Amino acid sequence: MASDSVPIQGALGLPRESGSTWAQALHEWVITVDHKKLGLMYIGMALLFLVIGGIEAVIMRIQLAAAHASFVSPEVFNRMFTMHGTTMIFWVVMPLVFGFGVYLVPLMIGARDMAFPRLNAWGFWITLFGGVLLYFSFIGGDGLYGAGSAPDVGWWAYAPLTSPAFSKGHSTDYWTIAVLIAGFGSVATAVNLVTTIITMRCPGMTAGKMPLLVWMYLVMSGMVLFAITPLTAAQLMLMVDRYLGGHFFDTQAGGSAVIWMHFFWIFGHPEVYILVIPAFAFISEIVPVFSRKPIFGYPIMVAATVAIGFVSTSVWAHHMFTVGMASYSNAFFVFSTMAIGVPTGIKIFNWLGTMWGGKIHYAVPMMFALGFLFQFLIAGLTGIMLSAAPFNWQLSGSYFVVAHFHYVIVGGIMFALFAAFYYWYPKMTGRMLDETLGKWHFWLFLIGFHITFDLMHIPGILGMPRRIYTYEPARGWDQLNLLVSLGALIQGVAILCFVVNMIWSYFRGRPAGNDPWDAWTLEWATASPPPAYNFATTPEVLSRRPLWDAKHPEDPDWKYE
Amino acid sequence: MSAAPVAIAPWTLPSRGRVGMFCLIAAEAAIFTIFVVAYIFYLGKSVTGPTPQQVLEIPIFNTICLLSSSLTIHLAERALEHGRMVPFKLFWFVTFALGAIFLGGTALEWHRLIYTSGLTISTNLFGTTYYSLVGLHAFHVIVGLLGLGLVMVLALASKVRQEHASRVGVFSLYWHFVDAVWVVVFTVVYIIGR
Amino acid sequence: MKVASGNSLKLRHMLGLAGAWWSAAACCLAQSAPPNSTSTNIFAPDSTPADQIFGLSIFVLVVTGTIFAIVFGLLLYAAIKFRKRASDDIREPLQIYGSDQLELAWTVIPVLIVIVLFMTSARVIHSVQDARQPPGSVEVTVVGHQFWWEYRYPQYGFVTANELHVPVSDPAHPTPTFLALLSADTDHSFWIPRLAGKTDLIANHPNSTWIDPHEIGLYLGQCAQYCGTQHAKMLLRAHVESRADFDRWVQTQQQSAREESALSPEALEGRRVFNATACINCHAIRGTEAQGRFGPDLTHLMSRETIAAGVVPNAAADLRRWVQNPAAIKPGSLMPSMNLTDKELDEVTAYLLTLH
Repeated sequence: MASDSVPIQGALGLPRESGSTWAQALHEWVITVDHKKLGLMYIGMALLFLVIGGIEAVIMRIQLAAAHASFVSPEVFNRMFTMHGTTMIFWVVMPLVFGFGVYLVPLMIGARDMAFPRLNAWGFWITLFGGVLLYFSFIGGDGLYGAGSAPDVGWWAYAPLTSPAFSKGHSTDYWTIAVLIAGFGSVATAVNLVTTIITMRCPGMTAGKMPLLVWMYLVMSGMVLFAITPLTAAQLMLMVDRYLGGHFFDTQAGGSAVIWMHFFWIFGHPEVYILVIPAFAFISEIVPVFSRKPIFGYPIMVAATVAIGFVSTSVWAHHMFTVGMASYSNAFFVFSTMAIGVPTGIKIFNWLGTMWGGKIHYAVPMMFALGFLFQFLIAGLTGIMLSAAPFNWQLSGSYFVVAHFHYVIVGGIMFALFAAFYYWYPKMTGRMLDETLGKWHFWLFLIGFHITFDLMHIPGILGMPRRIYTYEPARGWDQLNLLVSLGALIQGVAILCFVVNMIWSYFRGRPAGNDPWDAWTLEWATASPPPAYNFATTPEVLSRRPLWDAKHPEDPDWKYE
Repeated sequence: MSAAPVAIAPWTLPSRGRVGMFCLIAAEAAIFTIFVVAYIFYLGKSVTGPTPQQVLEIPIFNTICLLSSSLTIHLAERALEHGRMVPFKLFWFVTFALGAIFLGGTALEWHRLIYTSGLTISTNLFGTTYYSLVGLHAFHVIVGLLGLGLVMVLALASKVRQEHASRVGVFSLYWHFVDAVWVVVFTVVYIIGR
Repeated sequence: MKVASGNSLKLRHMLGLAGAWWSAAACCLAQSAPPNSTSTNIFAPDSTPADQIFGLSIFVLVVTGTIFAIVFGLLLYAAIKFRKRASDDIREPLQIYGSDQLELAWTVIPVLIVIVLFMTSARVIHSVQDARQPPGSVEVTVVGHQFWWEYRYPQYGFVTANELHVPVSDPAHPTPTFLALLSADTDHSFWIPRLAGKTDLIANHPNSTWIDPHEIGLYLGQCAQYCGTQHAKMLLRAHVESRADFDRWVQTQQQSAREESALSPEALEGRRVFNATACINCHAIRGTEAQGRFGPDLTHLMSRETIAAGVVPNAAADLRRWVQNPAAIKPGSLMPSMNLTDKELDEVTAYLLTLH
């Protein structure tokens, strides 16, 4: 495989080529339309916002560590949970998954770049601009108390709290416009990914021979087209209300606060599947390689992913069970929500089937992948609990839900993302991440995660609502909240190990070579990091694992698929 | 790669421009759907002010203009595919004109609604949903006119050639979408809603 | 720290640790909740809706717990049994691409589980949401405000605030309380976990819920839908009383405020300050000029144990502090400080203390 592509002088590599100045290197990155550079920029931006969002979380956890604490005022706390949620969803996890997608998809399909390289760049920069705009709200804006600064309406921005009557000043507008702009970037990148996957696969790579990651990004991007845009529409309506005197959500004029909820969750629920399907994609590439077996049940995995994509558009009102919908409406959404658990569960079984009978090598990527499997199972089961509407009437709006979705996003998605980092960092930089630091990262994060998010379920069961800046001491929530906060600090230390690892390994890591993991998809056929053109000659594939075929000519995949 | 006993079939994949435009259309369709849902949901729920029955007049002429422009853009595209530049420019110009007439007609209608009927975006729920939905569509018409105008200028400067037919075709997909949305908006606002 | 590949003792330690961890977490949950406790544990129900939810919850927990045990066990088994050992040769293991029978099995079984869970949930949804209101039930209209609760008793013709009183309900002859839920401003949610699941209060979208508490006592809760700055301190207090006590409470609430002649000079002066300052714009005291509806009805203020929606005890010193500067106790509360002098504060407090 190495003979297929020969790295040439001037190919993508270090940010600063020897002989070029920092200004030239910066210029190169700013004007780039190369999907690999843009992918790294998406990831870099996301990591920066991860740290900021993490600080917001730590501020909240310090305030909640004791009843009636006064570490921050209620106004500041309310801004913290709003900004934490908004940042983590739109400027951390979305750009992380887009970054990996934009980097990996062209390589995995044997293409030279994305279908629309300039649109790719635009998508990144508009997202970054949205993030800067959102954070400018801390110093910009004017208005009465509680409104002169960052948004404080929660990341769902329920009406009528967001109406001009209850949210004076511009804090809500920062939320609306920043997220709106980032939404345009997401839709642009989704258009780009769908087009790339459909029109730029190398010869022989029929739909049934694409790596699962590519399938999953196809489904995820299709979902972005249908899911982000309802939020865009709702936000345009909100702006009409706030600036043109409109009444979309104006309950005084006969408008409906509930319709905002419907529109928001029609976006919001598919959104969480948009976040998690790329995590499934990483796991579906990593678990086979480290189990030394092909993915179990490839066609079913594709079908299950597509099914999840479709069904996820019909479950949204399980976020609204307490809103007072009719009993048969509630029942419908119970059914659709439980139904989506079936294809999701099928995936877990298929990953289990992949490991079964394998020879599992526990390098750091596989450790994180295993953490994902256990934790996503638990998260899915607490999701089933929440899908039973009467049970939901007690659990929703409480810390049980907060624990559930952090279990999915941190215990599931973040673990899968860390697995992806350790797995593909060598391809992106040409160096291995340090195993020892990686293991410290893993164990510290695992322990901190479980202390925080296992225990967090309990205050919810004991009646603690979410989005409260303090609580009464007699309710029995004190010790639990303190422990939850301590776990957050441990996770912070783990993230520090990760950041140190990424920086240190960039300069001192073991050289990786083309294919350090003995893997099977096309990105491992080219140099690490790949040259600007990716492949010297366009690959031709015969099976789902072209490198397996190359390494095992006596037993190629195309005989069995 | 090792030599394969099975030859790879001839490899053609759809064109990038068309797939990209279909994706954009899908996303835009979702936005319009939400505005249409809001419009339908709020029918009859206005607390005050003029009702659709009282103030709306069916824009037959405008609609005919806009829907005909789909035909003319199609004819223009066909002409370009066959390299017949004069019919192409002619039909393209007619398309632009029809779109501009539609927009002008909408502007006139709004002028009448605001100054004669007293319906603004802040009057009541009907005003809010009407201007938002029709306005969103009009915005897309404006973008379409900008694109049409750009191509017209390039055509007049003889920069558009027969090999550009597929790109022009991609743009005309957008224009057809704008017309299709109008069919839905027209039906919902002027037929169902009255 | 090495990952234990081959060190099964280490893995057993991990297992033991995980098991102990989750058992400890579960123990935190096992709390008994006598009626007068401050517990808001959803697993200590004391009213029919909460009981039915509890029953369903246990069933769901058993089902999901079983699924967890099986799948977790299988994952653990696979993770340990099929790990690469140092003694292994370098050949790749048998490459298996899938199994149609397995896929069918692990599709059909989950579908059956979904059907069962759905049916049980639907039954409880129907029995709670579509419950008929029996004759003899008490009706309360709850209006959510930023950041307090208004309670109207249309059957008895009075309005009160922040502390709900309902009669205890005998399962043999139920006398539930049906609550109509409205909002004056943003979204709120009525959540007293031991009595019922939560239901939201949304402007222009009337909702309803019901409770029939089985035990006399005080039940706590709080607003469960973010409604603004002081969402955290919009606490709920529901007094479940014997029928006799409830009727007595109702009778007291129905009366107007005491006559002027019954007031001490200081209280009288306080009444004058109250009426002359903007207090009457927001507050109502039946039988006086104060007819404001924006803030809590104060006619029988002293019949409540707490003020500011459960945040501070209703004692003279706290009352004075609250009137002096609400933002010091509940920053973001919509009640402004009227900048009263110390003398005026003493007088107003004296007046408020007469509102039994």
